[in-house]
Amino acid sequence: MVDRIAGIWGTRTPYAKDGLWPVRVDQSLSEGVTESDVDRWVQSACVLCSNGCACDIAVKGGAMVGIRGRAGDLVNHGRLGPKGLFASWQGVSHRDRLQRPLIREDGRLVECDWDTAMNRITERSRQLLQERGPLSHGFYTSGQLFLEEYYALAVLGKAGIGTPHMDGNTRLCTATAAAALKETFGADGQPGTYADIDSCDAMFLYGHNMAETQTVLWSRVLDRIAGPDRPKIVCIDPRDTEVARHSDVHLAVRPGTNLALMNALVHEVLANGWLDAEYVNEHTVGLEELKATVEPWTAEAAAAVCDVSAADIREAARIFGTSSRVLSTVLQGFYQSAQATAASCQVNNLHLLRGLLGRPGCGILQMNGQPTAQNNRECGADGDLPGFRNWENPDHIQELADLWDVDPLTIPHWAPPTHAMQIFRYAEQGSIEFLWISATNPAVSMPDLPRIRNILAKPDLFLVVQDLYLTETAQAADVVLPAAGWGEKTGTFTNVNRTVHLSDKAVEPPGEARSDLEIFLDYARRMEFTTLQGDPLLPWTGPEDAFQAWKECSRGRPCDYSGMSYDRLRGGSGIPWPCNDENPDGRERLYADGVFPTDPNYCESYGHDLLTGATVGAESFRASVPRGRAILKAADYHPPHEEPDGEYPLRYTTGRTAYHFHTRTKTGRSRPLTQAAPSAWVEIGPDDAGRLGIREGDLVRVTSRRGRIEVPARVSDIRNGTVFAPFHYGYWDADGAPGEHPTAANELTITEWDPVSKQPVFKNAAVKVEKIADAAGPAPAPTTTASRPAAAGMKRVPPTTGGSGAEATELFNAAPPPRFPESINSVAINRSGQESRP
Amino acid sequence: MNLSIYLGMLHQAETTLAESFRQVASGHGAEPDVHFLCHTLAQQCEEHSRLLLPVVQRYGEDLSDSEPERLHAEGLSTTRQGPVGLLRDLQDLYLLASLVDVTWTMVKQAGSALRDRELLDVVARCGGETAVQLRWLQTRMKQAAPQALLVAR
Ligand code: SF4
Repeated sequence: MVDRIAGIWGTRTPYAKDGLWPVRVDQSLSEGVTESDVDRWVQSACVLCSNGCACDIAVKGGAMVGIRGRAGDLVNHGRLGPKGLFASWQGVSHRDRLQRPLIREDGRLVECDWDTAMNRITERSRQLLQERGPLSHGFYTSGQLFLEEYYALAVLGKAGIGTPHMDGNTRLCTATAAAALKETFGADGQPGTYADIDSCDAMFLYGHNMAETQTVLWSRVLDRIAGPDRPKIVCIDPRDTEVARHSDVHLAVRPGTNLALMNALVHEVLANGWLDAEYVNEHTVGLEELKATVEPWTAEAAAAVCDVSAADIREAARIFGTSSRVLSTVLQGFYQSAQATAASCQVNNLHLLRGLLGRPGCGILQMNGQPTAQNNRECGADGDLPGFRNWENPDHIQELADLWDVDPLTIPHWAPPTHAMQIFRYAEQGSIEFLWISATNPAVSMPDLPRIRNILAKPDLFLVVQDLYLTETAQAADVVLPAAGWGEKTGTFTNVNRTVHLSDKAVEPPGEARSDLEIFLDYARRMEFTTLQGDPLLPWTGPEDAFQAWKECSRGRPCDYSGMSYDRLRGGSGIPWPCNDENPDGRERLYADGVFPTDPNYCESYGHDLLTGATVGAESFRASVPRGRAILKAADYHPPHEEPDGEYPLRYTTGRTAYHFHTRTKTGRSRPLTQAAPSAWVEIGPDDAGRLGIREGDLVRVTSRRGRIEVPARVSDIRNGTVFAPFHYGYWDADGAPGEHPTAANELTITEWDPVSKQPVFKNAAVKVEKIADAAGPAPAPTTTASRPAAAGMKRVPPTTGGSGAEATELFNAAPPPRFPESINSVAINRSGQESRP
Repeated sequence: MNLSIYLGMLHQAETTLAESFRQVASGHGAEPDVHFLCHTLAQQCEEHSRLLLPVVQRYGEDLSDSEPERLHAEGLSTTRQGPVGLLRDLQDLYLLASLVDVTWTMVKQAGSALRDRELLDVVARCGGETAVQLRWLQTRMKQAAPQALLVAR
């Protein structure tokens, strides 16, 4: 037994470059349950981050009682992290679950039956469609539904109602990944694979605290680090994260200055001639503009802006420029910061300049935050069109119209689908009067919460919320729909490296809760959405129908699922798309041939100007981009819009801890995880703390122009002049409201977004910090993560451990490590055990 | 040589456009993208004026306005309110930026005929950025128009 709260990444299984990552099967069972008690194991994958670890759910007496990693899966080779072990099934099997629909009567939410709730929704929906038209409707979904559910939502929104106002929480976590891939390569699609960790000579983690956001992926890196020929690690992060502690170069930049640093790295690579001129000539356009943009960005110039040493910038550039295989991973430190898309495109550019793509160890992972964010991007329930289709390409709209048998004019395509922040703005102004929120919690996750709470509370906004629990957002709803959770419904989802997993239903949902798919289909049926032929628009009866329909929608597009089936996804490893005639077992890496999806008839986007977000347009794209070439896009650095000043002298940044997911609706209901990180804190460096008279655990008030939080201070090794707060801590387990000492990090964040990806800027605001009370003990921040106390305080803070509820088993080398493509089911095994072709 | 008249017009128009971007930025603070970007673009216009300066010094700047203006390109003195107001303010910016854009084009033509490399370099940068300003204004207006014209309260 291992304490997997204390040992987040578990026991090391070192391996060498180009070796196979050994299998370690992690398992946790409910206290008192042994393996022999388990009735059956049901195949699934974890939905508590974007890593997509394959697992089997233990079922006993109709309840979920445990979980173990799947040894044969290419993603995790059997491993699970603390969230997967302790919050996957525990996070849904809790007595707080919503069991019946609720409607607002005389200002209070009261229980009702499904008919009453759905009728109330459809009545309002019909009335508004008639009086105000489709633009009165908005849908705000999640990064946590299944593919089938997003696709149903996309079809009902785009073809049933015909509203452009559809987005998801994916806007907050993954929009920049998609935008950067579209700008550089012409379409979304992760170039690299996790297996690139096995073969790389150097890894760059750009604003990616992988050790906490994707713990199992970081285990893979740790095992390479523990091996005989460790890769060099370069970390760009203002905090002293686990990644930073293992790095050869740590660039602790000032929040908001990423682009200056990236422009300097590109500058250095160009100036030293570390580029593959032949590759650049044959496979890219835009070198001259790129050169001109980065020309002023010497290492010294960037060092002054970013407050890091020029020598470190040069050393990082040298590692990138001279290692034969480099893997880059990018996450929220870039995506939720100023000039997000431009900075992330420079990562792509570095790889293009050196031709480091499509070969083992040479990859880009533009990461996602949430587990199924990728599917929202693919299915188009967010700001995209289904199948990575291009809203500016009339042929693509016609394809969708043909697939759905609707008039192409129904499908809004006069502009890109409305992004989340704009949807909330329209709701604020009263032009969106019907807002349906599924599986997400904007009352905690969006920037500038005082404003968001006001919008959600508007009496003339009809708010539908569909969730597992009565979240902070649900409390403001007019109708609350109880949804089935993970393990209580069947569907598929796709992780960061395009790997598709099937999650089978293991148990019945509580009470009258229904799957999100059933709810969407029910709404579509009641609204009588029909095709041109007069048939129901959404005739599906269950998830497998929806998956079949999606396969057709994806056929011939970059995210091609046409060669997959539920049966093929059972038993073996998850399958990375594209999976079609050409790639029957899927594909590990994209772009090995240096041919990119920029053909104007095929591409997902004609691109944008990175400074302003102005669209390039079809004509100018056709004229400037030879088909198949990648585009070296760049923008000059501009300082963030809110900089520290006399009144608000510190920089404020937000993020996650390893023990929680999102707004804790699931992880907060797991005892081991909650004990590890029970409540909110703010991190401040020793110098700033000393200057302000703040000691470990003191209650401090952090104030910005938007609001305030009052939480204990952790004196940590964060860079000077910067403070950090985790964004998980809303109010559902307090009184449902901020109260005397507000804790939600987004009370302080600014309403601002990247001009291209429209991802909000959560990582930069100006604040002041003052002590308001003496410590009652150390801050409730874990000691095992980036929130570890600074050296001086280390002895006074007890280490984070898990105790008996946090024990898990690790079984080593239970099977040979899986490999691509051998571990993929090449033929389908159907339920009766017979082989069949997909 | 009459180029000086056009250089004067251009200098003036960039200044006016910069002021108008600022005006819109401060009038539409509740639209953060418009607010922040208009500030950035105002700076860009001022930078254009600065880059134009050496050329103006060589050819002289004629602000005498001897030709009577038919189309008055005055800046925005105030901003409007609400979604339609935003749309109309952006449209005003679009008209001003178009004037700047076409003036850069005429100056470029003259620069080409003069074989004035310095002038052509300035035009390439500033004219290019003005074109992007126009595209951004279009992108933003196209996004806002249906909501403003059909359902805004
Ligand atoms: S790494 Fe992510 S997907 Fe894997 S077990 Fe942890 S939370 Fe779940």
